[in-house]
Amino acid sequence: MQLSEVKAFIWKDVLLEWRQRATIGGVVLYLISTVFVAYLTFEGLADLRTWNALFWLILLFTAINAIQKSFMQENESRHLYYYTLISAHGVINAKMIYNALLMTVLGLAGLLVFLMFMGNPIASPGLFLVNMILGTIAFSSVLTLISAIASGSRNNFTLMAILGFPLVLPLLLVLIRVSGMALEGASFAAASPDLLVLILLICITFILSNLLFPYIWKE
Amino acid sequence: MKSITHKWLKIAGVILLVYVIAGGFLFDVPALPVVQQSIRNIYFHVGMWFGMMFILLISLGYSVRFLLYRLPEDDMKALSAVRTGLLFGTLGLLTGMIWAKFTWGAFWVNDPKLNGAAVGMLVYLAYIVLRGSVEEEDKRGRLAAVYNIFAFVLFFVFIMIIPRMAAASIHPGTDGNPALSVGDLAPEMRKVFFPAMAGWFIMAWWLYSLLYRSTRIDHKISELNNN
Repeated sequence: MQLSEVKAFIWKDVLLEWRQRATIGGVVLYLISTVFVAYLTFEGLADLRTWNALFWLILLFTAINAIQKSFMQENESRHLYYYTLISAHGVINAKMIYNALLMTVLGLAGLLVFLMFMGNPIASPGLFLVNMILGTIAFSSVLTLISAIASGSRNNFTLMAILGFPLVLPLLLVLIRVSGMALEGASFAAASPDLLVLILLICITFILSNLLFPYIWKE
Repeated sequence: MKSITHKWLKIAGVILLVYVIAGGFLFDVPALPVVQQSIRNIYFHVGMWFGMMFILLISLGYSVRFLLYRLPEDDMKALSAVRTGLLFGTLGLLTGMIWAKFTWGAFWVNDPKLNGAAVGMLVYLAYIVLRGSVEEEDKRGRLAAVYNIFAFVLFFVFIMIIPRMAAASIHPGTDGNPALSVGDLAPEMRKVFFPAMAGWFIMAWWLYSLLYRSTRIDHKISELNNN
């Protein structure tokens, strides 16, 4: 794996995303509609716990929708072409980094929309943001490999959710806990063990994805 | 030679479990508040979870082997082990729920360890669904093996970390270890507890080998039908 091939592959994904704006537009619209549905059904801010849970659920579903297409956007023959050009590690790392970037942007956009409709109860914005960015990176690192697995099957849209949910769930609980602390105004020091767990998890997922992806990529 | 040792192992397993069932219900147990006689469930409930972890480790081993050597037998072994693990896990949940009803007052309580166990079951059910939705044999094996390894590591990392961090769990076992430490066990219970664990391990392995053989036969039959 070379750094240059990873960079080129990420740039290819960015260009592809830009040329097929409808796909990413669909995900953004999905995000806005979900927030709006939440806003109408909950009639504004309910309480801190509901605010928190809603925010993370919406982010999770957006992540699943956005990352799902990682290996389904392009057809088999194009994958075969990439296979001759670039190593498996290059592909998975590029996809993970690209998804992390995409999810960070989507997460920030989602936060803005969410704040607009549901009000802003965040007491420590710094901690909330760091936790959210770590969360979006962790989501994308776990879900990228899952999307590679799901793309190999027949009913890949359902599979993505059933394979991904149980693996994301424990992670989601840590994220919700930290973000709940941030809503109540906790300091970085109080949340540092949880943040460390998140970073540890991201590292483990990166290593595992690099170890396992070559076995899926090679047809 | 191999089949003889297997035979004796199976006979030993049956004898052990007959002893465990008889001893588990008849021998004296210390009378402790709240738990009372329901402590007898420890021989069954803990046995189910240990049996499940043992058999899921076997499954993990065969998934790794499959990725390295690509033998269809390893894939079938991994699948059979997951099926056995699911059976033991379901029984572990059921015995745990009965126990919870008597000691905590409800079949399910919102506790990190219980929820962790439920998530674990979802992971392996998803594994079965994944296999059902890929037709090509080698590809199915590879995808399933990759998911098995990924899920196992992520899940066990979390089973180790989350209960340690979460506020107190009412399930016994400290430091994220979801079972008792043996030192806490009353001496008179150890003479049933250890045979029980050995017996359930043998039973798990036996069931797994039966499932594997039937899967292999099914595979052979479908191969013959296709030719």
